[in-house]
Amino acid sequence: MSDVTASHRWKIEKGLSGDFIFKAVTVLFAFSILVILMLMLYEMVSQSLPSLRKFGSHFITGMNWDAVQEDFGALPFIYGSVVSSVLALLIATPLAVGTALFITEIAPRRLGGFAASLVELLAAIPSVIYGLWGILIMTPWLQQSVQPFLQKYLGFLPFFDGPAYGVSMLAGVLILVIMVVPIITSITKEVLTAVPRSQREAAIALGATRWEMIRMAVLPYGKSGILGAIILGLGRAVGETMAVTMVIGNDPKISLSLFSPAYTMPSVIANEFAEASSPLHSAALMHIGLLLLVITLIINALARLLLWSMSRGAARGAKL
Amino acid sequence: MLKNVRKSLLALAIMAAAAVAGQASAATLINGAGATFPYPIYSKWFSEYAKVDPSVKFNYQSIGSGGGIKQITAQTIDFGASDAFLSDAQLKAAPGKLIHIPTVMGAVVVTYNIPGVSKGLKLKVEDVADIFLGRITKWNDPRIADDNKGVNLPNQPIVVVHRSDGSGTTNIFTDFLSGVSSEWSSKVGKGTSVKWPLGLGGKGNEGVAGQVKNTRYSIGYVELAYAFENKLPYATLKNKSGSWVEPSIKSTSAAAAAAAKHMPADFRVSLVNQPGKDAYPIAGFTWLLVYEQQKDKVKGKKLVEFLNWELAKGQKMAGALLYAPLPENVQKMVAKTIKAIKY
Repeated sequence: MSDVTASHRWKIEKGLSGDFIFKAVTVLFAFSILVILMLMLYEMVSQSLPSLRKFGSHFITGMNWDAVQEDFGALPFIYGSVVSSVLALLIATPLAVGTALFITEIAPRRLGGFAASLVELLAAIPSVIYGLWGILIMTPWLQQSVQPFLQKYLGFLPFFDGPAYGVSMLAGVLILVIMVVPIITSITKEVLTAVPRSQREAAIALGATRWEMIRMAVLPYGKSGILGAIILGLGRAVGETMAVTMVIGNDPKISLSLFSPAYTMPSVIANEFAEASSPLHSAALMHIGLLLLVITLIINALARLLLWSMSRGAARGAKL
Repeated sequence: MLKNVRKSLLALAIMAAAAVAGQASAATLINGAGATFPYPIYSKWFSEYAKVDPSVKFNYQSIGSGGGIKQITAQTIDFGASDAFLSDAQLKAAPGKLIHIPTVMGAVVVTYNIPGVSKGLKLKVEDVADIFLGRITKWNDPRIADDNKGVNLPNQPIVVVHRSDGSGTTNIFTDFLSGVSSEWSSKVGKGTSVKWPLGLGGKGNEGVAGQVKNTRYSIGYVELAYAFENKLPYATLKNKSGSWVEPSIKSTSAAAAAAAKHMPADFRVSLVNQPGKDAYPIAGFTWLLVYEQQKDKVKGKKLVEFLNWELAKGQKMAGALLYAPLPENVQKMVAKTIKAIKY
């Protein structure tokens, strides 16, 4: 009898120690990520200190970027990053959600599966390949066909003003659209397949058409998941470097026209960091990296807030 | 299953350890990093030199001149490489006396895309500066047309294309522009990346060349080797002595030969706008950076042996890769400098 209890207790203890080790390891992993983030922040702040001290808030509002005179203002880069990413998402979101709906709701199963695997293939292409395709095929096409067409019929708008070079904000936005669509599509597809059958059946039982079923039962259920997909897409768009650098024209100017070249934050870091030999120039580039991190954090926080308010709204709706 | 994985991991670890040990005992490893422009000739030299002296292995990372300067200053590598010479402040920042050893020369050509003018465009150096400043805006501007009689230049705006990434090519080109235009020198200046008054930015030689190819009525600048290999059209320039000079390996070497007469002992000299009727105006050295006092006796000795070999034998390989070899009078000066390295 006592033998049995002894072995029993021993077994429990073994289980407990396993639990303890598992817990310790996961805590360690979780904290190490936090520590890495903190170290990165510390390192970036300390490296950008010369620029932070010298320029202060002028760095964010300044329009001049001159490595020879050592005067650095990052506004054109911030403008380029934000505008190109937001425009790309505005175009990509309906495209991607539409594709995902087609795959999950409309297409016959086999065709849907085929389309889904094609989309996933697009997501796996390295960005430098997109960039090469962009500069060799897309920009000449934009310059010779799309831009003259837009200029002829919509040229009175300030967005389609100026000479057509091919490389432009427009090219940057389009390449981002192509890169972001597969990500949003594949996540949205997963979200939509997770919508319970009972939701759809209930809608159809109430006499809804297929469109009404999608609008009333499927999309509201997947709302927060789709938003998450869009945020991931935005993250990719803001951080994308190579492909955008190759087609956006790399001119730090702020212009309303989509035809004029622009510049983004990751692009200027990639372009200039390797050859930046003066300490202040390196610090200014680090400073841009820091701003990029802050902007990403703000976007993430906003997304969290949106998700949180939405889920709270949904909970209240359920209670009512 | 898990056992198999463990076994194979162990085998891998043993193999890796053996490889590391094998390498360490077989050869002295000399690490270098820096400029991308001379990378093809350096890797050719290192692979040829491996046949001459198998007991030494060179590892060169072409991370850009700025990175090379940072790393040699931090002493994480045994030699650095740069397309721009170090300023006095940069030399002071180094923990020991750094010396510049010129290896080969490169040139930058002005390339263009004018339908109907497939080659032989002539430009005065002052006109090149004014095009990049936005002072000359049309191809049929009388200043260009006067030099190109019989060529049908279009009444079209000039599209300027420049490098967007920091590069030694831009450094040489803006150095040249600063030399021919006081307005450029005061408004823009020279550097690996500058604030361009106008134009589109392309990443790398291939980015600029691609942009020029795709855009009619455009003008840009690329390395001579890149332009020759890709058969790009290039402009003939009128140099300061008033003669028209085509970019070539010969006219690049002529620039250095002209500079040799007043070459400073530390070789920190720009080769742009040299006098002489054969001297091409947009040329420059590329340098290796080594400490005069080597810390490691074995590595220092091997490095000096390599430098001597490069000067005696390596120079002859330059032409085939479209680099200009050092002229003889400069070679003699470099040999003297190498002798000064202590180990």
